[in-house]
Amino acid sequence: MRMRNIELMVGGFMVMGIIALVLMALRVSGLSMDAAGETYTIKARFENLGGLTDRAKVSLAGVTIGRVTNISLDEEWYAAVVEMEIDKSMSTLPIDTSASILTAGLLGEKYIGLSVGAEIDYMTDGDWVQDTQSAIVLEELISRFLFSQAEGE
Amino acid sequence: MLKYVRDLGKTGVESIQSIGRAGMLFGQSVTWGGPGSAGFLDLIKQIHSVGVRSLSIIIVAGFFVGMVLALQGYNILIKFGSVSALGTMVSLTLLRELGPVLAALLFAGRAGSALTAEIGLMKATEQLSAMEMMGVDPLKRVITPRLWAGMISVPILALLFSTVGIWGGAFVAVDMLGLYDGAYWSNMANTVEFYDDVVQGLIKAAVFGVVVTWIAVYQGYDAAPTSEGIGKATTQTVVISSLAILGLDFILTAVMLGGV
Repeated sequence: MRMRNIELMVGGFMVMGIIALVLMALRVSGLSMDAAGETYTIKARFENLGGLTDRAKVSLAGVTIGRVTNISLDEEWYAAVVEMEIDKSMSTLPIDTSASILTAGLLGEKYIGLSVGAEIDYMTDGDWVQDTQSAIVLEELISRFLFSQAEGE
Repeated sequence: MLKYVRDLGKTGVESIQSIGRAGMLFGQSVTWGGPGSAGFLDLIKQIHSVGVRSLSIIIVAGFFVGMVLALQGYNILIKFGSVSALGTMVSLTLLRELGPVLAALLFAGRAGSALTAEIGLMKATEQLSAMEMMGVDPLKRVITPRLWAGMISVPILALLFSTVGIWGGAFVAVDMLGLYDGAYWSNMANTVEFYDDVVQGLIKAAVFGVVVTWIAVYQGYDAAPTSEGIGKATTQTVVISSLAILGLDFILTAVMLGGV
């Protein structure tokens, strides 16, 4: 009887470990168990990512509808190529949708904001976003401001 | 003068011999004594005594560490207007550093010292020699299950420490300081990487588990068979394993981050 209790407790201990691992995976590190096919991928070229990373949010009107899955460099265009996964539920993005890299707050993380266009055709898997706007790099802004000040004098 | 040099030499030779003996002990007892050996039932008993019984201290410590991290972090981050990074800060600190390190330190104090005292007393009361007389290998019968129990328990305990700590942090940040809970959890989920952070923390904990239990069983097995010797060995276990954990932690972090 005593040995059985011990076995039960050790089993419980192991189960707690496994539950903790699953919690870590799903809740803390945000690994999603979503099966493939619930999302579709669109791509966009940006001149400058300015600190955008993998797994950054893609949002429309402030609501997260997807994530950045891959970032690479297009060697022909010398531009960054961002692949993003969009929820299948949001499958009605017009083909002239534009994407820009925005910052959450002054020092927050970078994310991609989409704004919809007016076309009646919708984007499908593998489509390119034509109209993109790069991240605003603070140093460039400041130097432009300083130069314009200097010219003005 | 000559005496000091001689003492230094003696200490050097002794410590190298001791490392050699510890290596032999590990090599001989890490493998199982073949199928059907009596070790497995004993393994469960040992996991109970080193792992399950350390649960209470690990959970209480984890909860408080998580709470204090959230409280301190909140007061620092609010100066930069970025309290939304609090969840990320608490979870990364716990997963990468404090979870494995503190769990291993607590384990060394709670279970490592007990292991040393137990094995040392077995040696002092000549139970180990009696086993040898009966043709039972005391390494396989006594050391192996204890070694494995420690190596299995420490990663689980570290994981539980981090988990409880993250929820403790959420309790302080969300329920007491009134941070928006979406900010706490979603920023955490966006930044924490499963393979980079959770798995690396587990690797650290596994290494600490091996080292702490190894030191504990070796100190017990190598203790002078007197009450004084057992006391000294128990102290040595806690001191050496604490230093080993902190030293190894830096080396492992340097290797994993690849910065040094």
